[in-house]
This record gives sequence, C-alpha cells and structure tokens, in this order.
Amino acid sequence: MTEPHFERDIDRSHMQVSDEIAIQINQMNKWYGQFHVLRDIDLTVNRGERIVIAGPSGSGKSTLIRCINRLEEHQSGQIIVDGTELTSDLKNIDKVRSEVGMVFQHFNLFPHLTILENCTLAPIWVRKVPKKEAEETAMHFLEKVKIPEQAHKYPGMLSGGQQQRVAIARSLCMRPRIMLFDEPTSALDPEMIKEVLDTMIELAEEGMTMLCVTHEMGFAQAVANRVIFMDQGQIVEQNNPHDFFHNPQSERTKLFLSQILGH
Amino acid sequence: MSDTNAQSTAFVREAMLPAKPAPVTQVGAVRWLRENLFAGPVNSALTLIGMFLVYTLVTHFYPWFRHSVWNANSMAECRAAVTASFGDGATGACWAMIRERWHQFIFGFYPPELYWRPIAVFVLLFVALAPILFTQLPRVMLGFSVIYPLVAIWLLWGGSIWPVTMVAVGFGLGWLAMRRLSAYSSILAIVAAVLVPVLFWLFAVGPLDDLLTSVLPIGIEPVASDRFGGFLLAITIGVGGIVMSLPLGIILALGRQSDMFLIKTFSVVFIEFIRGVPLITLLFVASLLLNYFLPPGTNFDIILRVMILVTMFAAAYIAEVIRGGLAALPRGQYEAADALGLDYWKAQRLIILPQALKISIPGIVSTFIGMFKDTTLVTFVGLFDPLKGIPDFIRADFNWKGIYWEPFIFVGAIFFILNFSMSRYSMYLERKLKRDHR
Repeated sequence: MTEPHFERDIDRSHMQVSDEIAIQINQMNKWYGQFHVLRDIDLTVNRGERIVIAGPSGSGKSTLIRCINRLEEHQSGQIIVDGTELTSDLKNIDKVRSEVGMVFQHFNLFPHLTILENCTLAPIWVRKVPKKEAEETAMHFLEKVKIPEQAHKYPGMLSGGQQQRVAIARSLCMRPRIMLFDEPTSALDPEMIKEVLDTMIELAEEGMTMLCVTHEMGFAQAVANRVIFMDQGQIVEQNNPHDFFHNPQSERTKLFLSQILGH
Repeated sequence: MSDTNAQSTAFVREAMLPAKPAPVTQVGAVRWLRENLFAGPVNSALTLIGMFLVYTLVTHFYPWFRHSVWNANSMAECRAAVTASFGDGATGACWAMIRERWHQFIFGFYPPELYWRPIAVFVLLFVALAPILFTQLPRVMLGFSVIYPLVAIWLLWGGSIWPVTMVAVGFGLGWLAMRRLSAYSSILAIVAAVLVPVLFWLFAVGPLDDLLTSVLPIGIEPVASDRFGGFLLAITIGVGGIVMSLPLGIILALGRQSDMFLIKTFSVVFIEFIRGVPLITLLFVASLLLNYFLPPGTNFDIILRVMILVTMFAAAYIAEVIRGGLAALPRGQYEAADALGLDYWKAQRLIILPQALKISIPGIVSTFIGMFKDTTLVTFVGLFDPLKGIPDFIRADFNWKGIYWEPFIFVGAIFFILNFSMSRYSMYLERKLKRDHR
C-alpha cells in the first residue's frame, strides 16, 4: 500500500460536506448503440464532497461524469444538477454547463487564443462579464495556479502540466459550483503530475465540490471523502478512502486494488 | 615506444586556432551549383537537357518579342514595320493593338467619359479590403467594408441612389429585428432577420422609391449591363463571387455537419449537385433557363444571374474545403467549448471556425483563384470576357484581323499578376496565423 506523498499537510478546515444536494442521479442508464455503458446508476453528491471515481478502463467512469454536464446524453433515468434537471432542453443544458467546470485529460485549451483569452472567453461571451473585469478574474486564477507570467503566451508554448493548470484556471473563471476532472493527470509526464495534483488539492481545501476520475490513489487517500469503484458500467463499491483501500468488500475491488497498488 | 601514441600523451593547447575560411566548394555560388545542378551524373545530365530546352524556347520566341511594334494603326502597318526593319519573313509582336484598344480590355464598352466610376470602385475596393486582409488596421474601417458592395453597385450601374439605399435599409431593418428578438428566441430572431427585409423589399420599396425619387431625385447616369466587359466584368463577377461564396460555403459546410436531417440533406444534395455539373451548364441555366422559373415580366440582370450561379459553384467547393478543416479539429475542441457553456453559434464563431478556416486557407484561396479564372467562361453566354469576348470583338475590326497571340499574352499577364497576389497573400496569412499558434 503506497501512502500519500504530499509534502505539506492538507488543511481540512474548509472541507465540509453540507446537507445540500449538488448532484442527484437516479436510475440512470446509457447505451452506445446496443452497448449498455451505464447501468442503473444511483448517486447523490452533496455540496463540498470530494469524490474520486476509479475503475478499469471501459468501466464507464468517464462516461458517467461526462453525463453530468451532458457531453454525453443519457437515455433513461434522471440527472439533477444544482436543482436543474438535464433534459434535451438546451436552456437547461447551457445553465448546467455554465455552473459546472470540467477539466479534460488532453487539456483541450484553444490553441488559437492566448492563455488569458482562453480564460476570459467564456466569462465574456456566456456570463457577459465586462472584458476588464474578466481579465482581472483570469489573472487572479492564473496566479492561483501559479502561472500568471504565461498569460500572454499561446497554449502550444507551455508544458503539459502548465497547460493543465491553465485548463483548471479557465474552468474556475466561470466561478463554477462543481468541478469535474476527467483523468486530469493521465496524459502528463510523472514530474508534472504533482503540480497539477497540488492545484487540485488547493481547490479541495477551499471547499469545492469535486468529482475526479483518476488513477492517482495517493490523491484519493489524501483528499477524497468518498471513493467510488466502477466496473462494467455499474457502481460496484463506494466507501470512505480509508475503508476502501484497507478493507475492500467486493472481490472485483480487491483484484483492482491489488493490480494498481500491488507492485 | 608503442605506448607514447597521441591518445595517451598528455596534451595542452598553447594557442587557440583561429577560424579559417571554408574551402571554395563549400560556399556561395559554387556550393549552390554543386548541390542543386550538378550533384551527380543523372542530375548533371538533367541540368544540361533542361538548359538546352530553355535555350531552344528562348531563341525561338525572342525574335518575336524583339521585333515588337508599338506604334501602328492596323495589323498591316505592323507587318510592314516588321518587314521594313528586319527583312522579309521576320515576325514580330504587334503591341500597337493593345496600345490602341487597352481600354476595351479593361472597361469593355463602358462609356469612356464615365471611366472614373469603375476606377473609383477599384480603388475603393482596396480601401474596403484593407481592414479585412490586415488586422493591424483600425477596426472602424470595417464600417466602410460593410457598405462598400452597395456603393460599388451604385457607382458601376449608376441610376437613382434610392434603390440601393432601400437595399441597405432592408438589411438594417433585418439586423434590428434580429437584435430585438434574439433575447427571446434565436430561431425567431433568424426568421425575422430574413423575413423583415424580404417583406420590406417586396412591399415597401416600390412606393417609397417613387416618393423619394419625386422629392429628391439624386442619381447618376445609368450604365446597362451589356456595356460591361473585359477585366471590369471579370473582376466584378470574381469579387462578387468571392465575397458571397465564402459565407455561403461556411454555412453549407456547417450544414453538412449538422445533426438536423433536413439541413444536412439539403446541404449534401446542393454540394454534390453543383460539384457534379460543369460550370458552363450553370451559366447556360443563368442565361436561358432562369427566366422560365421567374415570374413573367421580371428581367433579372444577366451579370447578377451569372454572379449568383458562379457564387453557388464556388460555394460548393469551398464548403468541401472547409469541411476538411472542420474534420481536422480534435473533438476535444468542441467538448471544451460545450463544457464552458458556449452555445452552438458562439462555439462555431469563436472556437471552431477560426481554427478550421486557418487550416483551409490554401484550399479556399485555390478555389478563389480557380473561380476568378473561370469568370472568362461567361463568354459562352454572350458576355465580353477579357480572354475571348473582347479579342474576338477586336479581331472583327478589319484593321486588327489576324492578331492572335498578343491579346492572350496581355490578358494572361494581368490574370497572373492578380492571381499571384492572391496566392502570396494566402501565404502571408498562413505564416502570420502560424506564428500566433506555436
């Protein structure tokens, strides 16, 4: 069992889970053609929760969080985000998307815009924030992810870790209430993973509601309040990180943990 | 002793070596010749054959150019001048024809006392294009670019100022309607943006035009479409086609990518039909068939009809070029735009199209160049294009009967200059946008 190896202690004073419900998923199903990717998903996320979703590849974990901001459409069941139910109504979808930030495996920064423009685009065009104010907000978040000096460069000039931190700042500029992370460190070199995880830990320390699909089990143990294990499109096991890692219940979870931690 | 070789002996350099000039075979012209022309036996042989071909061509054509005659009133005078100077059997170019008739190559049969109008339109074209082509210029100049097409139409065809103003007012009303309604529903706004101007033009323009003309008869002398010809015609159709086909091409490309079945089917059918039919067929449709489909009595200007069909033709090709650019973008760009809450049009305008168009620049400019050259095909519907229509007209004059190569060379040279500038601009644009990226 590898222990979390973060150099500083994690400040848990703001990490409080409230009773307020942020995301509610009821009996949700999704198919790709004939393939049943997500099966009867039930999940309630309270505000302030930090959830790590783990599982083998193809288990549907990315698809699950992509359904939460409707990058993928579900075919049955209910998804309610911040009190808004996701249906085919475009207004609801846009409303949810502007409240939910998302960070992708491949960053997906806009290569034709500078870092600053990447961060101000959505606030200006979606939130109608004045340009100057949007730029101030952007610089605030770029300082937070520790790359204000790169503001006028283009994404292609930055390292992978820097690009991913910009992607996080870009999401934060929309002042989201929920952040989704879809394997944010999987495309990074080992020495860059830590800088991105540090940024994510800081976010957790501020009380952000987070859902992270990740293979970083150290991060899960240090930050998550709940770990969800998925396999074959279903939630197989969920528990607090201590019990999940030290006392897994299902055979499938035990096998998975032995494979990723056992070397 | 055997172990005192260079490798094992301690060595300290006392003086650093200065840089020496490279051997003559490694620098300048000699190196270039060796690398590019005489790199090996095959390469050397090809170079010699090539030089021989160039020599043959130049010696064959050079006398014809050297014997050029610039001052003459007819083909016969030209021939006489060549024979007088260079003896019997010598041939020479007769540029005197260009000297006498250049205005027809440029303006066709436009009334000479009104030449200032097309010249003004041509100069203003650059004023209107400048802020679009060079983003360094102040954005206010775009205001003129927007009204330029109407100014150009009025100056070229002349007549009362009111019909053109009414067209502008119609667009303005449509824009206002869209602005007002876009807060409620984007579909309603788009419908209104189309419907309001059309209704205005159909029902309000007639009486308003009569009223305004009787109160304030402002106008310039009208020039009919059959007076247009030469490069005036080619550039009018070419620029009109380019300006209209790019937006239409973008819309068709997006339509072909659309999830909506009807829009997608319409785009596919339109693109495939237009691409599958020769341009000349479409030009004949413009000149002959279109009148059957229009309400009786309407006389739709022939240049406008040709321009519309040339636009449709170019738009179908541009749509396919842009579709290639759209397909080259990673899915992540669409997803990131969606995840930030940008709606379809904003995502297209701010994220997708700037990148897709950048990738498509070489293809788009190729299409433009091809279309501009294709404008010479209007000769088949009875318009006087610079390559065939005007020279044929000049040859019909007894004085210039028998002149053949000179007009082709002259017109070809002008086409080359115009198309080469377009090609250079596209390379400049590619370089500039590339620097912006990585």
